[in-house]
Amino acid sequence: MGSLNHKTPLWIWGLVLAAAIALPLFLHARDMDFYVSMLSRMMIYGIAACSLNLILGYGGLVSFGHAAFVGIGAYTVGILITEGFTNGWAGFAIAMGLSALAAAIIGAISLRTRGVYFIMITLAFAQMIYYLVNSIKAYGGDEGLSIKQRSDFGFGLDLKNDVTFYFLVLFVLVLTLVLISRIMHSRFGRVIQAIRDDDVRVDAIGFASYRYKWVLFVIAGTLGGLAGALMVNHQNYVSPNLMHWTQSGILMVMVILGGVGTLTGGLWGALVLLILEDVLAEYTLHWQFYVGWFLLAVVLLAPKGLAGLFRRQAASVTTGGAA
Amino acid sequence: MTGILLLEQALNGLQFGLMLFLLASGLTLVFGIMDMINLAHGALYMVGAFLTAWLVQLTQSFWLGVVLAVMLTAVVGMLLEATLLRTLYARDHLSQVLATFALILIINESVRMIWGSDLALSMPQALSGPVELLPGLRYPSYRLVIIAVGLVIALMLYLLVTQTRMGAWVRAGASNREMAMAMGINIRRLFTGVFGIGAALCAVAGAMLGPLLAVQVGMGENILILAFVVIVIGGIGSVWGAFVGAILVGFVDTLGRTLLPLLFREIFSPQFASAAGPAVASIAVYLLMAVVLFVRPQGLFSGR
Amino acid sequence: MRFPVIKSLLTVSTLAALACAPALAADKVKIGFVSTLSGPSAALGVDIRDAFMLAVKLNGGKLGGLPADVSISDDQFKPDVGKQLFERYVKRDKVDFLTGVVFSNIMLAGLPEAVSAKTIYLSPNAAPSPIAGAQCTPYFFAVSWPNDAYHEAAGQYATNLKVKSAYLLAPNYQAGKDSLAGFKRFYKGNVSGEVYTKLGQLDYSAELAEIRAAKPEVVYTFLPGGMGINFIKQFMAAGLNKDTRLIQPGFGADQDVIRAVGNDMLGVFDTSHWGLDLPNEANKKFVAEFEKEYKRLPTLYAAQGYDTALLIDAAVRAANGKIEDKEAMIKTLKTVKFNSVRGDFRFNTNQYPIQNYYLREIVKDGQGRLVNRIVGQPILANHGDAYVKDCPMK
Repeated sequence: MGSLNHKTPLWIWGLVLAAAIALPLFLHARDMDFYVSMLSRMMIYGIAACSLNLILGYGGLVSFGHAAFVGIGAYTVGILITEGFTNGWAGFAIAMGLSALAAAIIGAISLRTRGVYFIMITLAFAQMIYYLVNSIKAYGGDEGLSIKQRSDFGFGLDLKNDVTFYFLVLFVLVLTLVLISRIMHSRFGRVIQAIRDDDVRVDAIGFASYRYKWVLFVIAGTLGGLAGALMVNHQNYVSPNLMHWTQSGILMVMVILGGVGTLTGGLWGALVLLILEDVLAEYTLHWQFYVGWFLLAVVLLAPKGLAGLFRRQAASVTTGGAA
Repeated sequence: MTGILLLEQALNGLQFGLMLFLLASGLTLVFGIMDMINLAHGALYMVGAFLTAWLVQLTQSFWLGVVLAVMLTAVVGMLLEATLLRTLYARDHLSQVLATFALILIINESVRMIWGSDLALSMPQALSGPVELLPGLRYPSYRLVIIAVGLVIALMLYLLVTQTRMGAWVRAGASNREMAMAMGINIRRLFTGVFGIGAALCAVAGAMLGPLLAVQVGMGENILILAFVVIVIGGIGSVWGAFVGAILVGFVDTLGRTLLPLLFREIFSPQFASAAGPAVASIAVYLLMAVVLFVRPQGLFSGR
Repeated sequence: MRFPVIKSLLTVSTLAALACAPALAADKVKIGFVSTLSGPSAALGVDIRDAFMLAVKLNGGKLGGLPADVSISDDQFKPDVGKQLFERYVKRDKVDFLTGVVFSNIMLAGLPEAVSAKTIYLSPNAAPSPIAGAQCTPYFFAVSWPNDAYHEAAGQYATNLKVKSAYLLAPNYQAGKDSLAGFKRFYKGNVSGEVYTKLGQLDYSAELAEIRAAKPEVVYTFLPGGMGINFIKQFMAAGLNKDTRLIQPGFGADQDVIRAVGNDMLGVFDTSHWGLDLPNEANKKFVAEFEKEYKRLPTLYAAQGYDTALLIDAAVRAANGKIEDKEAMIKTLKTVKFNSVRGDFRFNTNQYPIQNYYLREIVKDGQGRLVNRIVGQPILANHGDAYVKDCPMK
């Protein structure tokens, strides 16, 4: 039964969380807010990747269009702020709502197909949304949309402050991980994993696998939209490139890198990939070359992703453990 | 809206479609027979274009440069297959995605390190002028040559697949790999050969399109997606399907890019029309694919 | 369970390593240079960079008497990359000046970062109309021209020629819209077609077919870099140069395009604020040194990059090296005199230039090379821009 047999002891989580809280304060004290901002960006990508892992890893659904949901979330908040609606609670809620709606529609149609056709249809939908948004010149078109300020959540929180923003992102990240963990521990989660292993059998037992997959798809899309809402806030900018199929590809790479079907695989994949990029880009123009070799090495030497390297292989047939 | 305009656009669509076919045919065979998602297929197209640009400069002859580049790319493709890609056949699709995605990065940067981000490639002087097809229609002669090359290669592929023994092996491998192996076909060499041919076809497309578009790093990514759309429409594993799919996509994309903005311009402002027109035209291709999948989920002419 | 601990330790140690950045350096001028250095339009960014660095080199590696520390990055023709680079330069490296960007969309994405960090951006190229008008900011200086200017001059030229029908084409981004708006502002004839293509589009077969069907007297296009090269090559290949006359802004007819297209460019007319043959001392030195150093003739982009360095040099010198006082720096930049390669140079109240715009023709020079030669008197003399009245700056 895979995912959550080996639970990481709570004290390890506590340690990680403490480090995550202490780090920005430490960096801020040394006047290195730039790095705090960089960490926020990595965590946002981590949230997006974890949301993809939900359907990719746990659900076994290879969606090549996940970046579309991130983009929808980002554009929703971006457009709202541009039009003067800066309330963060409302903005984020609407962003998640629209992503959920999009996921509901796309999922309803795509989940009728399987295998490579599912991949292609999700890709097609994402490209359609990409071209549509590209053509909306009022909100920047392919030049992108710059926003003048970040979302306002009240309570005197100034999100322009890098450290404050970091904590918002960390909060959302923790919530996301807890949510995903709860989902996969529940009965729903067990059915999902059974579907991933053999959905015909699940149908035979009496669970409508299509409906379960659809719900999972919508949840993943919603979380993707949440990541997007954070992203447009972080960059004060969003462009249709966010939804291009290569971005979906990058999210997939993060998931596969970090460990398909693990709770924090998406997060680690995002961290490693982005840190690698930033560090290498300092030293050479050709950093993509080295990243490519690294990824290749991971595929060939660590089939279960980086998460698999640090874990004794579970004896069961189903894939990867949890973090 | 004149007939001349329509005819010229139709020719453009045919030209684009034929080049897409070159890419799609290799892709569909690899996918159909080896069951491998190869995202690096577009990178081979780029390598072909760069090699052409470089060799044309070296040899000062366009056609010699093209021929050499095509052969060289085929060799590169076969080496790639024999060393790396072979290990991926047994792996799941996700691993193939990751590995070939990594390959794109490596190949892109390698090309950049060797030749820089772009390389100039001009069409042969003799073909850089127009040909008067009809009174009032002067069509670039180079594009006519592309159409001719595309049709000839399509014919050759058709003959290869249907009339030769290798073609029979390919079709057998596409419909049932285990059975083909059991019948004694040397699957390994067949795969390498198929991959080499696919790479060569990519190189031809890259060489032909190089003078029209720019030879630049990353040129493969955009066309790769369309190639995938083509093989899904046409049916994975079917060369004939790739042909029909490519022509369809070429027409829908090109004619869409002209007709739709024209239509929109009647109704909306020029800036909106010029943005919305191409956008809807691009979507049209994906809509086409979605419709085909809905009606016939395995594609128009499934090889399996 | 070692896994998350190892991961977090890895993360922290990497960041700690990065964090050991060098302490604040002593007196020097730190410049962040972001430009398009790869892809089909790389020639433009490369020219700006090469000319800028040439000026620094000719100055002994200094600007305004202080050692110049120029950090160069490639925006890869992507606005989000450009934005991230701007953010890194202002937030982490805390540069004194930002410069370099070729394309308006990339500059517009990054400019908010510079403004919010109160870092001065000097544009050696992109200078879109919103920033000339209502959205003007003291942190932006256009050292090149207002985006519309070349096109206004071209429109005036078409009017002078009494052209009856013109077909217009530009990419669908701010500079593209500015360009055709500028042309139409001074062109008094009829517009038989106005088309906006995708930025970065390289295959113009569809658009050329439509031009053939529309049969205009003049075709005016604004397609910088690789776009223009492809368009002109395809235009010639389709035989359209026999049916209609092509007028270009300087962007589509300078050395980068000439090198790529070749002899077909002979006889093309274009407009610009600068030419190789402008008869002032600074320009003669610039052209000679550039050709000696880089073995090629400079483009107008290079001239702009060179002028940007000269401006920074003059301003820093006038401020006696006190570059931290941004307000004073801005005042200095606005008024300081320097020997520009274009001759007379002064800023308007919106920090965009007021200058002459000339008609140029592509001819063969004494050595048989294709070059632009200035023809006659300036088409537009001491010309500002149409947006300055919307800018509240004085």
